[in-house]
Amino acid sequence: MSDRRQGSGKLVTALTSLGHGVTEALLRLGFATRFFLMLLLWSGQSFRRIHLTIREIYFSGFQSLLIIMVSGLFIGMVLGMQGYETLQRYGSAEALGVLVALSLVRELGPVVAALLFASRAGSSITAEIGLMKATEQLTAMDMMAVNPIARVVAPRFWGGVISMPLLAALFSATGVFGGYLIGVVFIGVDEGAFWSQMQASVDFRYDVWSGIVKSFVFGIAVSLIAVFEGYDALPTAEGVSSSIKGTVVKSALAILALDFVLTSFMFREV
Amino acid sequence: MSRKLLDLWVGVFVALGLAALLFLALKVGNLAAASFSDTYSVTAKFANIGGLKVRAPVKSAGVVVGRVSGIHFDSESYEAVVNLTIDGRYRFPKDTFALILTAGLLGEQYIGLDPGGDEAMLKADDVIAKTQSAVVLETLISQFMFNKAAEGPSEK
Repeated sequence: MSDRRQGSGKLVTALTSLGHGVTEALLRLGFATRFFLMLLLWSGQSFRRIHLTIREIYFSGFQSLLIIMVSGLFIGMVLGMQGYETLQRYGSAEALGVLVALSLVRELGPVVAALLFASRAGSSITAEIGLMKATEQLTAMDMMAVNPIARVVAPRFWGGVISMPLLAALFSATGVFGGYLIGVVFIGVDEGAFWSQMQASVDFRYDVWSGIVKSFVFGIAVSLIAVFEGYDALPTAEGVSSSIKGTVVKSALAILALDFVLTSFMFREV
Repeated sequence: MSRKLLDLWVGVFVALGLAALLFLALKVGNLAAASFSDTYSVTAKFANIGGLKVRAPVKSAGVVVGRVSGIHFDSESYEAVVNLTIDGRYRFPKDTFALILTAGLLGEQYIGLDPGGDEAMLKADDVIAKTQSAVVLETLISQFMFNKAAEGPSEK
C-alpha cells in the first residue's frame, strides 16, 4: 500500500515538474519575444551613439578573425584531401574546385562560422551582460535613467549581426584557398580546371547569396540568444555560468535547425 | 583602447570581410561571366526532355551561348516547351537544329544548337522548329531487347 502511494507520489511529482517546466519555457519564450521587440525599439537610440556598436564589432568581429580564418583554412584543406580521395576514383579530380567551393559557400561557411562565433563571441557577450546583472550594474544604469537595453544590449546585438556575414564570407574564402592549397599546390590538380569548373558551377545569386542570407539569419539568432541569456541570467555565479552554457547549447541547436529550414527553402530544384 | 585605433581595426575587419565577399563573387562564383548583358529568348518544343533542368547551359560548337530559362508542358500538343535565353552577341539561322545532349556518360543534360543554312536569322520569341529529344536510356534498352527478340528465333 505504502509502495503504491509512494509510486503515485513520484508520478505526481514528475507530472508537476513537467508542467512546471513547460510553463517556465513558455514564460521565457514570451519574455524573449518582448525583449526582442524592446531591443528593436531602443536600437534607434543606441545608433545615435554608433561608437558603442563599433566597439562591439571590434570585440565580437575583429577578435574572432583569427579563429575563423584558421578554422576555415583547415576545413578547406580537409575538404581538398577528402574530396580528391573520392573524386579521383571516378576520374574527375578536376571537379575538386566545385566540391570545395559549393560545400563551403552553401553550408560549411555559414554554419561552422556561426558555431565558432557562438562559442567565441556569443558566450563572452552572455558572460559580460550576466556579470553586469549579477553586480547590479544594469540596475544602477536604470537608476541613473540610462536605458540598459539601449546602452548595453543593443550595441552587442547589432555588433554580432553585422560581424556574422563578414566572418562567414571570410571563412568560405579562406576555405576555398585551403582547398586550392591542398588540391592544386600539393596534389597537383590542374589549376585552370580547378578554377574554371568552380566558376562554371557556382552561381552568385543561387549559391553565394543564399550563403550570405543564411549567415545573416544565424547572426541574428546567435546574437539574440547571447544577449537574452545574459540579460535573463540569475544574478549569481552559478546562474551566469548556466547562462553561458545555455548560450552555446541553444545557439548550436538554433543554427542547425535554422540551417535545415533555410536549406529546404533555398535549394529546391526548379 | 583609443577610439581612433578601435575604428581602424574595425575598418580593417570590414574591409577584409568585403574583400572575401568580392572574392566569392568574382573568383568563386561567376558573377562577371554569367550575366549576359543583352539577351533574346526563343522557344523550342521537344517530345521528351529527359532530365533537362532550368538554368542548364545552351551550347553551340561547345561554347555556352545561353541558358534554359523555363520549362513547361503544353497540354494541347503534349510536348515540353523549353524557353532558351540566348546571348545577344550570337545570331543563329532560322532552321537551327536544337538537340538535347548529355555531358559525358552520366553528366548533366544541356541543349546543343546546330546552325542550319537559312539566310534569315532567329529573332526574339521565335520558335525553333527542328528539335531532337533527349535519349532516354530505358527506351534505348527496350528497343535493343525488342530487336534482339525479333531476330532471335531465325538465327537458331
